[in-house]
Amino acid sequence: MSYRGFEAVIGIEIHVQLSTATKMFCADSTEFNAGDNENTSPVSVGMPGTLPVLNKKAIEYSIKTGLALGCDIRRKSVFARKNYFYPDLPKGYQISQYDQPLCENGTISFKVDGAEKTVSITRAHMEEDAGKSNHHGEYTLINYNRSGIPLLEVVSGPDLRSPAEAAEYARTIRQIVRYLDVCDGNLEEGSMRCDCNVSVRKVGAVQFGTKVEIKNINSFRFVEKAIEYEIERQIDAVERGEKIIQETRLWDPDKNRTFSMRTKEDAQDYRYFPDPDLLPVIVTDSMIEQYRKELPELPIARAKRFQNEHALPEYDAQVLTMEKALADFYEETAKESKNFKASSNWIMTELLRELNQANKEIKDSPIKPLQLGRMIALIDKGAISGKIAKTVFQEMWQSGKDPEAVIKEKGLVQISDPAAIEKIIDEVLAANVQNVEDHKTGKKKNLFGFFVGAVMKASKGQANPELVNKILQEKLK
Amino acid sequence: MIDKKTIEHIAKLARLHVTEEEAQEYSLQLAKALAHFEQIAKIDTTGVEPLITPTEIESYWREDVVKQEFSAEEMTANAPSKAGNLFKVPPVV
Repeated sequence: MSYRGFEAVIGIEIHVQLSTATKMFCADSTEFNAGDNENTSPVSVGMPGTLPVLNKKAIEYSIKTGLALGCDIRRKSVFARKNYFYPDLPKGYQISQYDQPLCENGTISFKVDGAEKTVSITRAHMEEDAGKSNHHGEYTLINYNRSGIPLLEVVSGPDLRSPAEAAEYARTIRQIVRYLDVCDGNLEEGSMRCDCNVSVRKVGAVQFGTKVEIKNINSFRFVEKAIEYEIERQIDAVERGEKIIQETRLWDPDKNRTFSMRTKEDAQDYRYFPDPDLLPVIVTDSMIEQYRKELPELPIARAKRFQNEHALPEYDAQVLTMEKALADFYEETAKESKNFKASSNWIMTELLRELNQANKEIKDSPIKPLQLGRMIALIDKGAISGKIAKTVFQEMWQSGKDPEAVIKEKGLVQISDPAAIEKIIDEVLAANVQNVEDHKTGKKKNLFGFFVGAVMKASKGQANPELVNKILQEKLK
Repeated sequence: MIDKKTIEHIAKLARLHVTEEEAQEYSLQLAKALAHFEQIAKIDTTGVEPLITPTEIESYWREDVVKQEFSAEEMTANAPSKAGNLFKVPPVV
């Protein structure tokens, strides 16, 4: 993609907050809604003499993510101290990984505007989060509830070339960690944080331009907009003959622009060194094999399977695999109904619309997959018509009742007894003598539809439409 | 070599105020300490893996089970300054 003869080079660092119950190095809870400093302990506020003890689950989640991103898992990785002095980091250093990260050299693929894009994952390393500062001018208030929460920082190669690719990359990472159930992917609560490195260069140039880091982006739409803005800003600067300064900029969603946070006049000097308080992380082959076995089928593979084995269109397969819970819902429904396309249709149109309107997640759906599956099977058996099914669906949505119960209670069973239908038809024809006459003599055309409609109405929509058609045709000969 | 400039840089990173005299004094002290390490650094360590930890035990990991041993009030009890249960520190921006 070219912008006024320039090309953008983008790399993204995503901090994935691992959804463990406790922190990375101590047993404090990670509950988001806790009171101020409620989730703290001597370790997480950096009291002298405390010692960190690594959370097994954090390792498991990190390795699973690494495997899903196609990374090599280092059998012996080391925690390092990243030293900097800031009150949100009471120890004076952040425990991170430096030259020996847990996961390296992965790739992920996704589609952008129909074209497949592959991006390299340089590394994914474990680190602890810092506390939260609130600045009040005269003073700063600090809450250490977040201090020590486990993060996996996933670093992409500089392989992204457009804002759309960058946003899709971030969405794909979110989709994967949610499938793995290692992160809730909630951007507003900071469970995922994206930092974007952006530079521009003349098309065809080999050297990278000077990169600028954009922070404070809390939605994928803003990833796109912030990078868009930054590309234009940098090209403008280069065209004016200015030099791009390596700096950190923040995204201002209200003004739709990035602004300089601070120029790094002091070159970063984190003085990394191995943390002597922690043992190296030794990962065995059997652990890795175990975790690999536990990996769920990932979205791209699952979508392909839906297309190949269930004969679903690409669009359906993509929508249904957006979230693991939705794909699970669909599969359970389809297994029960034995009708793949109908299951997909009911979920994609009726169910997703209701969920959307009620602002509910799929897991909170009042209609369970087995119920929906049975309802679809009832349509296919001819017990209810497709039209009546919409009423049944609505009733199930409201009450959470089984389809059979709704049909029975509301008397919605389809009338498939020819004698009963004939009776209704006779009544309708008797009440519309003139129309019958006009139809037979051909005086008025297209009256057949009128009769079908009248019969369906008289039967409250319960008459089997095929039988109605058949009997009407005979009667009107 | 630990000169005055290095001392000032280190002090700045640690947000410490160091006077001219102190900088002079520390530079001598640290130079002495570093000289000792330089002596150790002369040992040929080719082929020796860096030592991360002196203990040769396998990794020890904790189960992911919440334990709360202190309340927020207790955790902030000794703070020189606070607001509710938040730590209060001098402005940092």
